[in-house]
Amino acid sequence: MKMWKNMLQDKLALLSFSIISLVMVTGLFAPFIAPHDPYEVHMVLRYAGSSWTYWLGNDHLGRCILSRLIYGIRPSILWVFAALAVSVGIGAMLGFIAGYFRGKIDALLMRICDVMLSFPGTVMTLAIVGILGVGLENILTAFILMKWAWFARVIRTAVLQYSESDYVKFSKAIGVKPFKIIYRHIVPVTLSDIAVTASSSFGSMILQISGFSFLGLGIQAPHAEWGMMLNEARGVMFSRPEFMVAPALSIMIVVSAIHFFSDYLQVALNPKLRTSKHKAGDFAGTTTPRLQEKEVA
Amino acid sequence: MLSVNGVSKSYNKSGWFQKDKQRVLEDVSFQCGQGECLGIIGESGSGKSTLGRLILGIERPDTGEILFEGKRLGDAKIRAGNISAVFQDYTSSINPFFTVEQAIQEPLNNLKSGLKSHSDLIDDLLLQVGLHSDYRKKYPHELSGGETQRVCIARAISTSPKCIVLDEAISSLDGSVQLQILDLLKDLRSKINTAYIFITHDIQAAAYICDRIMIFRNGSIEEMVSTDQLKDVQSHYAKKLLQMTILN
Ligand SMILES: Nc1ncnc2c1ncn2[C@@H]1O[C@H](COP(=O)(O)OP(=O)(O)O)[C@@H](O)[C@H]1O
Ligand SMILES: [Mg+2]
Repeated sequence: MKMWKNMLQDKLALLSFSIISLVMVTGLFAPFIAPHDPYEVHMVLRYAGSSWTYWLGNDHLGRCILSRLIYGIRPSILWVFAALAVSVGIGAMLGFIAGYFRGKIDALLMRICDVMLSFPGTVMTLAIVGILGVGLENILTAFILMKWAWFARVIRTAVLQYSESDYVKFSKAIGVKPFKIIYRHIVPVTLSDIAVTASSSFGSMILQISGFSFLGLGIQAPHAEWGMMLNEARGVMFSRPEFMVAPALSIMIVVSAIHFFSDYLQVALNPKLRTSKHKAGDFAGTTTPRLQEKEVA
Repeated sequence: MLSVNGVSKSYNKSGWFQKDKQRVLEDVSFQCGQGECLGIIGESGSGKSTLGRLILGIERPDTGEILFEGKRLGDAKIRAGNISAVFQDYTSSINPFFTVEQAIQEPLNNLKSGLKSHSDLIDDLLLQVGLHSDYRKKYPHELSGGETQRVCIARAISTSPKCIVLDEAISSLDGSVQLQILDLLKDLRSKINTAYIFITHDIQAAAYICDRIMIFRNGSIEEMVSTDQLKDVQSHYAKKLLQMTILN
């Protein structure tokens, strides 16, 4: 596909994509890749520096920091990704239906979204954690509950714009079935909007889940999570600041990679910008406005 | 062939709690015969495009009915292959992800005629609208306005429909290109015997191509004349409209 060929030329996009996929694969195969058991306590090695057996050193219980970092990919990245996929999926389905069919169903769905969106996100998450209890799955549930409405809104707006276009009118006129029109004509053109919003949301969700774990509301000890590792290193923040470096740097690198990649997607998924990148200025006005999430962690 | 009987349509005015309705079409009735070219002219905002959308079955009339050979056009199965359209905005009339070839294929695929390869047909259609077969692999943003409209016409005639609705199909093109497209449409009609419903605000273009002209005002038919008798219109509004054109 053209998109992949272009990516080979865009070094930053290629680097970002490599980082994201490498991190995800590493997380998926954590038990095979991690050099040590992330839960194995060695009190002798408390706060040990890096060594040949423990590359990134050991934490306050003498556990291997590298292994914990690798196991931490699962809640920090993979589960967040799953929650993102679920909320984008729900949001896309409802957004397509509302935006394409309009009328009463649209009005109903959008009022529900209004209600969902009128709660401040972080406060709602805290409330849900308060009701359901502390834990990763509850925070993820809260994420899905809070985010689907937002995605439904954004996707509906994009769909609305394209379902007015003449090629959709033409398909309707010649009697193409509604779901075929959505699938053939509306999904491809809205895909870039969806991908860009989803990927920028991904970054902020990673930061949020790390934030909640940092506060002790997310995943519970002894499981590893990047935000929680930051919290554990906080105790020795002034005497041994280097313990914060590994988890903090991991979060920063992954979130930046996601943001760079989402910038790239914006260009790559637009056929006009794709084939005439050298005269991109001509099309500055034709791309849909960049939709970005205001709240970050 | 196509008969529009007492059609009315109104839209809700924006605003949630208002019950106000804006009447866009008011009791419109007319017929269009086989192979006829019927022009619909009127000022912008008079409801021409709305009427076009109703004929194409994109929207339903509030009252009245639109019949194609005695069957309701609201049914997508009746429309498939029989009715087609060309719209005004050439920047959005073809899916930006489709090549010319894919765009022309869409109505053919929708017919399930069992024809797997329409390859020769597409070359032939492109030839008919005056484009080389090299255009098959091009994307819409690589085409000029006139070329895009030609592709849209090729797409519209691909299933040899009995009726094509052309809503301001030439209005966003330059003068000389307008004339080329009008000539192309005229030429095609003599070959394939399709009825045109030619919606425009340009009386001269309508007079150039249409057999009969319907003058439309505020959602209802002001007057219906055949093109040869355009000089002898009765109603005051139609006279004024014609005068304005001559003065231009
Ligand atoms: N989908 C719609 N919703 C509400 N009002 C509409 C809609 N479509 C058209 N109208 C209104 O109907 C009137 C006629 O529009 P239109 O049929 O586009 O006129 P024309 O094509 O003759 O310029 C306009 O006043 C317009 O505001
Ligand atoms: Mg119009």
